[in-house]
Amino acid sequence: MTDLVIETWGLRKWFGPTLAVADLSLSVRAGEIFGFLGPNGAGKTTSVKMLLSLVHPDGGEGRVLGAPLGDRDARGRIGFLPEHFRFHDSLTARELLRFHGRLYGLSGADLEMRIDRLLARVDLLEAADRVVHGYSKGMMQRTGLAQALLNDPTLVFLDEPTSGLDPLGRLLVRDIIAELRDRGTTVFLNSHLLGEVEATCDRVAFVKQGRTIHEMRLGHAADVIDLELRVSPIDRCLLDGLSSFGSAITQSSADIVRMRVESETTLPALTRWLVERGTSVYGLQPRRKSLEEWFVEVMGEDQRPG
Amino acid sequence: MQSILAMAHLTIYETRRRRIVTAAIVCASAFLVVFGTGIFFVHREQALKGVPLLQRQVAMSVLTIVGLYAVNFLSVLFAVLLPVDTLSGEIDSGVMQTVASKPIRRADIVIGKWLGHAVVVTGYVAALAFGLMLVVRLIAGPVAVRPLAALPLMLLEMLLLMTFSIAGGTRLSTVTNGITALGFYGVAFIGGWTEQIGGFAGSQAAKTVGIVASLISPPDALWRLGSYQIQPESLRNFGAALFTISSVPTPLMVWWAAGFTLATLIFAVRSFSSRQL
Repeated sequence: MTDLVIETWGLRKWFGPTLAVADLSLSVRAGEIFGFLGPNGAGKTTSVKMLLSLVHPDGGEGRVLGAPLGDRDARGRIGFLPEHFRFHDSLTARELLRFHGRLYGLSGADLEMRIDRLLARVDLLEAADRVVHGYSKGMMQRTGLAQALLNDPTLVFLDEPTSGLDPLGRLLVRDIIAELRDRGTTVFLNSHLLGEVEATCDRVAFVKQGRTIHEMRLGHAADVIDLELRVSPIDRCLLDGLSSFGSAITQSSADIVRMRVESETTLPALTRWLVERGTSVYGLQPRRKSLEEWFVEVMGEDQRPG
Repeated sequence: MQSILAMAHLTIYETRRRRIVTAAIVCASAFLVVFGTGIFFVHREQALKGVPLLQRQVAMSVLTIVGLYAVNFLSVLFAVLLPVDTLSGEIDSGVMQTVASKPIRRADIVIGKWLGHAVVVTGYVAALAFGLMLVVRLIAGPVAVRPLAALPLMLLEMLLLMTFSIAGGTRLSTVTNGITALGFYGVAFIGGWTEQIGGFAGSQAAKTVGIVASLISPPDALWRLGSYQIQPESLRNFGAALFTISSVPTPLMVWWAAGFTLATLIFAVRSFSSRQL
């Protein structure tokens, strides 16, 4: 019995002569909040669409909730908020949710109860009987979020869920994701807003030109520390000795050395070693890498704005 | 089945919400008012001039067929334009992504939309035909023409065009689909007239061209068969009048058109099922 809710092996998609997704191999565990990151045009949305069977892959294999891609029973346990969410805008939010609920096979009092609960959760109860056409972008997005949660899903795909939302709206989305985590729901989050991802995700994958190029747990990522040492004297012997504590050692000026250590537990031992060998320590400044810095590093210097 | 009904219900509901039904009712009423006013004056003038009853009956029958011809034309436009963006529009706007990701078959979406539009189109055609008959009856009394006898054939004609428009929407953009569907009807229309003129002129070659065109695009043949069936014997023998029929399509054309509609619907389902959204 596997606890993986998404598994893909080499998914590929061409649109005419353009290779949108080259080799998507992913594993997402149950209950995980998974961030899917990449620049514009990296194939993120196409990847999500393949997982939802909106787009048929040209190669590779995949399983979602233990079933082959496109399985209808599995889709009944999935919620989806697409990027640039659009609706039948001549209906009210309540009518829209009723329609989407019926497509999930829901009806009657159970459906009406879910609709009321979700409208209240996304703060749309008062506007529920107004036609969606007159909604602000944020209200549309919140309607979409309610729609994605109608079936109490096991797995939710959120493609740019905070797009068009003001800070309070973003906070609402963050809270809802936290609630989903508490409930054990797996969330597949596609977002450009790295701050949002950093605040909500357990693990992220970086996608470039349709390939997964790097995966990491966010908690572990924070443990990797860039260190700036102001010490004297700096000689060959010191630099060689530092290499047993970390990597990427560079001397940036007469009294400054920069390096990377895997964990902050390394710091006491490193300080002790410096003092014991008689090196004067004027400063030792650890600096954690933000997800944005990771993003730039993983994507490479050649990456240009999309 | 629930998803098909949900799609059909939404389609009908949206037609009302988008004020399509209101626009259709207003325009149909305007048409019936103009038509009624026209036949009122013709009928009154003829009565005042002491035209014999039989002659007045023939004039009213011809006018009724002309009215029905207009009903047919309005219905053709309605059947083509009503569903022209139902799939292409929702695919372009992204609405379809949320719908198609639900645990339903793509076929349910197409069939549900087909069903919803069929209900609306049937209501429109029936309301216009009944309205026409009512106006004629109120103004001129009973006439020999029985417009409702053509209704099943007109409905099949409209369902065929509507299905063609839905099927086109699975692959074409809204504007391209509209142009293609009207062009498809254009083939039927010109084929029908070629066959008629061939009939009047006694040209077998022209009739054959018309028949082939009707096989490629059957809607107009259904109208001609229907309009032949509703005419009294006196008008059928009237020969070269503009709206009478000189070359009657075979009843087999009805089966051909029904099969054509079904095949087009199957194509629409298959095409939409393999479509990238």
